Amino acid sequence: MLIAVWQLASSRGWMSNRILPAPLGVAKAFWTLTLSGDIWANVKVSSLRALAGFVIGGGLGLGFGLLTGSFKTMETLFDTTLQMVRNIPPLALIPLVILWFGIDESAKVFLVSVGVFFPLYLNTFHGIRSVDRGLLEMARSYGLSGWPLYRDVILPGALPSILVGVRFSLGLMWVILIVAETISAQSGIGYMTMNAREFLQTDVMLVGILLYAVLGKLADLLANGLSRYWLRWHPSYQAT
Amino acid sequence: MKQQGMIIQHAGLERDVVSATVRRASLVEPQRQSGIAVQLRGVGKAYGEKTILNGIDLTIPPGELVAIVGRSGSGKSTLLRLLAGLDKVSGGSVAYDGVLSSAASDNGIREDVRVMFQDSRLLPWKKVLANVALGLPRSRHQEARGVLEQVGLADRADDWPAHLSGGQRQRVALARALVHKPRLLLLDEPLGALDALTRIEMHALIEHIWRANGFTALLVTHDPAEAIALADRVLLVEDGAIAMDLRVDLPRPRALGSAAFAALQDRLLRRLLQADPAAPVAEPAQDLGDISLQRTVSEVRWAI
Repeated sequence: MLIAVWQLASSRGWMSNRILPAPLGVAKAFWTLTLSGDIWANVKVSSLRALAGFVIGGGLGLGFGLLTGSFKTMETLFDTTLQMVRNIPPLALIPLVILWFGIDESAKVFLVSVGVFFPLYLNTFHGIRSVDRGLLEMARSYGLSGWPLYRDVILPGALPSILVGVRFSLGLMWVILIVAETISAQSGIGYMTMNAREFLQTDVMLVGILLYAVLGKLADLLANGLSRYWLRWHPSYQAT
Repeated sequence: MKQQGMIIQHAGLERDVVSATVRRASLVEPQRQSGIAVQLRGVGKAYGEKTILNGIDLTIPPGELVAIVGRSGSGKSTLLRLLAGLDKVSGGSVAYDGVLSSAASDNGIREDVRVMFQDSRLLPWKKVLANVALGLPRSRHQEARGVLEQVGLADRADDWPAHLSGGQRQRVALARALVHKPRLLLLDEPLGALDALTRIEMHALIEHIWRANGFTALLVTHDPAEAIALADRVLLVEDGAIAMDLRVDLPRPRALGSAAFAALQDRLLRRLLQADPAAPVAEPAQDLGDISLQRTVSEVRWAI
């Protein structure tokens, strides 16, 4: 319905193509970009950056969250510092990051890592701290300690919270990548969009924006699927 | 089913032989999975300034089923937690089979003592069978299924705990405790949250399993009828001390309606009501009207 009205408005000339191109135009641009292979190359580059940043930042966030959540000494050692760093928006680091890494791949991966780190860190920490005391006491009195206690009780208990962190992180991952790519890049979806702006190709810009939406949605679906699988014991994730 | 029971019995025998040689303290080698003897001498427990238990002396012979009743806050659950090794005593000593427990060794939790909690405390992310097998070495996972059969839930082995009713969850929790072949089973108001019918069924199940296995059992409950229905001996805990030690010599299985049962229950109730802090306040106000009515009111309040 929305698309039909939009198409009608564009083709009747009510709305200039420079502001918003017709859906058909966008589809055409998408088709030409697909034929030339540009689009896949750019999507691949962007996805790889996002993934690398997510794995590095998310892995570190998870690791630190597990450490500070499980050991009191680690909390006193790291938590205050991390909370301070957390209050710096990762995008404010862009000038510094360009100075450190130049404008090549590592700069973007670094920015995504920083952005993804904190949601995962905070949620992992919180998840471990909020594991049911009663279950912990029960497990200890049934002879569990060390790694089995961790594997059977603490980790599964923290998992719902950790997965919330994963979903937050995936959302942030794309936001930061978009900004990083539009500021400085020689490839990627952001570069493609910025390039199109130089030539006033609104249809290509729109393709780029829609691609971000689709990729973001895909990431969210993935996170949702993981939750469904790992939390299948949880009453609120069951079909019935 | 019979064969499975025999396997369990056999494994229990082996374990007892091992633990006997390790402990050395018990001179008689137990013939079967027998109960543990518990001795408390002047046991006290305080949290900061607040004294919960004070100078408890108690001897429980092996295989006895003891019920502990008392008002909430009387310290009855604390006593159970001390025996379970979940809390440490502030004074006095606890001995198992005549051997003083040293709280320093392996954070006070013994392999032959198991607790069943009021809330079943099943791990929601493990299927029923995996919950029963919690803490068992891999080689003994097979036994979990047999014990689950004993509590009548073999067909629910592959369900999530979230799909069970309250009574079924408590039966799984009971199976989880039993699979460790405890020599002392501690039951912390395990039936408190169940409806009356399920409770009666659970009474029969607990009594049956206790008689079949011969472990020592300690049941904390707020229900005098439940205490008299199950226990050999009922202890009343009041202000951190044992105020009454009542032997229940009724033949098993016990008929809840019998005169002897009612008499015992009445005695216990009267003693419990005596300790009602509201009672002395209510009594002088006689001129307000019917005393018997006030009596019932306080009784009802207690029951609630």
